[in-house]
Amino acid sequence: MLYVRNLTKIYEGGVVALRDVSFDVPKGQFLAIIGLSGSGKSTLLRCINRLVEPTSGQIVWDDIDITAAPQDELRRIRRRIGMVFQHFNLVHRSSVLTNVLAGRLGYISPAWSLVNRFPRADVEKAYRQLERVGIADKANQRADALSGGQQQRVGVARAMMQDPDLILADEPVASLDPVLAHSIMQYLEQINKQDGVTILCSLHFLDLVHRYADRAIALNEGRLVFDGLPQEIDDARFKEIYGKEAERVG
Amino acid sequence: MSAEPSGRLPRWLRSLLLGAAVVLAVIIYAYGFEVTRVDLEETRSERRQTQLVRILRALARPDIFEFRQAELTVNAPFFMPCPPTPAQLHEPDPLRPYLLVRPGCIEPGGMVTIDGFNFDAGSSGNVFLVPPSNVLLQLGDVIADSSGRFTIRVQLPERSSDSVQTIRVIVRQNVGLPRLTRTATDTWDKIVETVFLALLATTLSTVIAIPLSFLAARNLMIGIRSPLLGISLSILAIPLGAALGTMAARFAATWGPTVAVGIPMNLAGAAVSPLVVYAAARWALPPVETAKPSLLLRAARAVVLVVAAAVALFGLVFLAEFLLQAGRQLAATLGALAFLGDFIFNLGEILQIGLSAGAALVGAGVVVSLTGRLSRLGTQSLPGVALRLAEFVVAAAAGAVLFAGIGAAIGWLYEIADARATLLIPAMFGAVAGLGLALRFGGRGSLPIGLVVYTIARTIFNALRSIEALIMVIVFAVWVGIGPFAGVLALSLHSVASLAKLYSEQVESILPGPLEAITATGATRLQTIVYAVVPQIIPPYISFTMYRWDINVRMSTIIGFAGGGGIGFLLQQNINLLNYRAASAQMLAIAVVVAAMDYLSSYMREKVV
Repeated sequence: MLYVRNLTKIYEGGVVALRDVSFDVPKGQFLAIIGLSGSGKSTLLRCINRLVEPTSGQIVWDDIDITAAPQDELRRIRRRIGMVFQHFNLVHRSSVLTNVLAGRLGYISPAWSLVNRFPRADVEKAYRQLERVGIADKANQRADALSGGQQQRVGVARAMMQDPDLILADEPVASLDPVLAHSIMQYLEQINKQDGVTILCSLHFLDLVHRYADRAIALNEGRLVFDGLPQEIDDARFKEIYGKEAERVG
Repeated sequence: MSAEPSGRLPRWLRSLLLGAAVVLAVIIYAYGFEVTRVDLEETRSERRQTQLVRILRALARPDIFEFRQAELTVNAPFFMPCPPTPAQLHEPDPLRPYLLVRPGCIEPGGMVTIDGFNFDAGSSGNVFLVPPSNVLLQLGDVIADSSGRFTIRVQLPERSSDSVQTIRVIVRQNVGLPRLTRTATDTWDKIVETVFLALLATTLSTVIAIPLSFLAARNLMIGIRSPLLGISLSILAIPLGAALGTMAARFAATWGPTVAVGIPMNLAGAAVSPLVVYAAARWALPPVETAKPSLLLRAARAVVLVVAAAVALFGLVFLAEFLLQAGRQLAATLGALAFLGDFIFNLGEILQIGLSAGAALVGAGVVVSLTGRLSRLGTQSLPGVALRLAEFVVAAAAGAVLFAGIGAAIGWLYEIADARATLLIPAMFGAVAGLGLALRFGGRGSLPIGLVVYTIARTIFNALRSIEALIMVIVFAVWVGIGPFAGVLALSLHSVASLAKLYSEQVESILPGPLEAITATGATRLQTIVYAVVPQIIPPYISFTMYRWDINVRMSTIIGFAGGGGIGFLLQQNINLLNYRAASAQMLAIAVVVAAMDYLSSYMREKVV
């Protein structure tokens, strides 16, 4: 279980990104987070692995208080939380394999990873993950030689290298065309259904939410404005989440 | 006037102001002419113009090639004054070069016409009068025309003699192929020295600047925060760790030579120790740590690591000793390649010198990381009051040590022998400052220590960068003597500051995305740098290093002016000796090398980046 309690984030300069957000995520759920750009979705996801330091509030995951964890504890927490990004965030000049292996950095001793040595088991695991997302043949290419869809698959493989119990996906398909978007979402669905990994995924398109998510929460200007099943988002709710002027697309 | 809209002055006032501005500008430029002593009269003076032409012509003929010259001496007998009975003179051989002097005899001080025949076309030389005393009295210069003739009319000196005198022409002619002059070979030697001077300086500064550049990168440093307890403990730990490291290095350096004697034993020691260290590291640093190890295991690992560190230290001592001895022997046996042996010997010496500095650094690092762990433990588990108390004590001690250290440095620099003024009083101030900080920032909060380090690093780099290498070399020339080594050190120091700044700006401009992604995997800060930062900065680092080499080549051409070796030394000498043709050869060499470096570096940048 993941408990988020009264989470508030105020950035330096006074921008309030999250106001008093509380919700729970049961293990194995596929939770979609929706809302306008700038509504606080990214901040919320980044507070969970503390890439962004929350201003106040508490996040408890499997009885561990993430918000209070010291640095070395945080390392052990982060390595079980995979993250997938809108812009993939691969290291362009490194090979695909190295990018995937980077998912193991939280596990291996810093001294050995400095000289770019990964245990053989990890390398084999990396090839298996690349096979799973269908790009094992690209392992030795540079990451920036890949197309957008392939790069995001590398991103998913990197997250899976962490043996995660939780994946945070920050608009994973927003930079991809609809066909690729579905293929990436299917990988996430597979990971969720087969491996039982809890997934928190921020999404822009409601049809994706309807199709893949077990549940949806919505943010508007940092406030939680909706928490329920995707099917419950009707036109009235839609206007509540996205504002009166909004029109549905897709 | 107040009725005018703001910023719009009345027309007459604007005209007036414009006029005043023009007058002011004229005054400013007039003063500029005055202080820079602009004197157009000088540029038109005939004397100056002749000098300028002379220099320009000399510069246009760099002293690079020369011909071997053959000398030809042709004599014609001559009487001065005319003898009472006309003397019988030999008829010259009309097939060989000969002279015709008209008239054949003359009163002392008269004018004669000398014609030369059958000389090689274009050969030049001098005409002399050789009296019986056999001194050469120069009469004039001659150049043979295309048919091998010349004519010159000269006035003879008043040297009368009863016996026969000689009119002599000595001509010189280029023979064979052109060959390099002495200046050219000297220039070649020095330009090679210059290029390698720049290469060494660039290499040295790159190695030092890369780690330092991370300290001056805002985006990496800004996130580093540490509680006051940790910072204070680190300040106390750094000198302690450095002292321990130095002591360990000294111990190894003292006992190493007694353990291993001779080249084979030292080589064996140097070869075995990495294996031992590797095995120990394999055991003590498991590649994957899944669970927290037990206390006993951790203690055992710590002991093994300490032993491994000692073995590594001894291994390096053996290696240094091996390099020294092997280098000395190679230098003695290799003959023409003796410089390779000298190089190996020098490597050994560098290793020996670097060892205690490296050990001090590593020692400081280890002790700091240990105290960091201690302070984290303290911040987490100590009860509030005890934590505050520990903080007060440690912060005061750290402040005292820091200020006393600064005081001691100042005391040494200005030769203040008063321990009370340089140690005690600063220590008290430091303690008070530490207490103040503890009062203000104590507890579980943290201080932006990264930002402090960043600011200090930037300040030092900027200060160093603002001092030109040309000035630094003066200090280094005093230290290591005039020569290229002083130049290497001066250029290195200046390059470290420049490169560290350029590099750190590249670190600041990397994409933040990969950094975020690697951090999210649970990577430590060091791992994040290796996996997310380093791959992104390699191309700009290479490109800036090449650029710096280019700059260093240019700098090293003039660093000799201040005693830094290289071609500048030669150039300055020749300019001072008014030997403009030689100076021209050196300037040409510099231009060629700089242009070649430019092409080479742009080519390599294109290939690598």
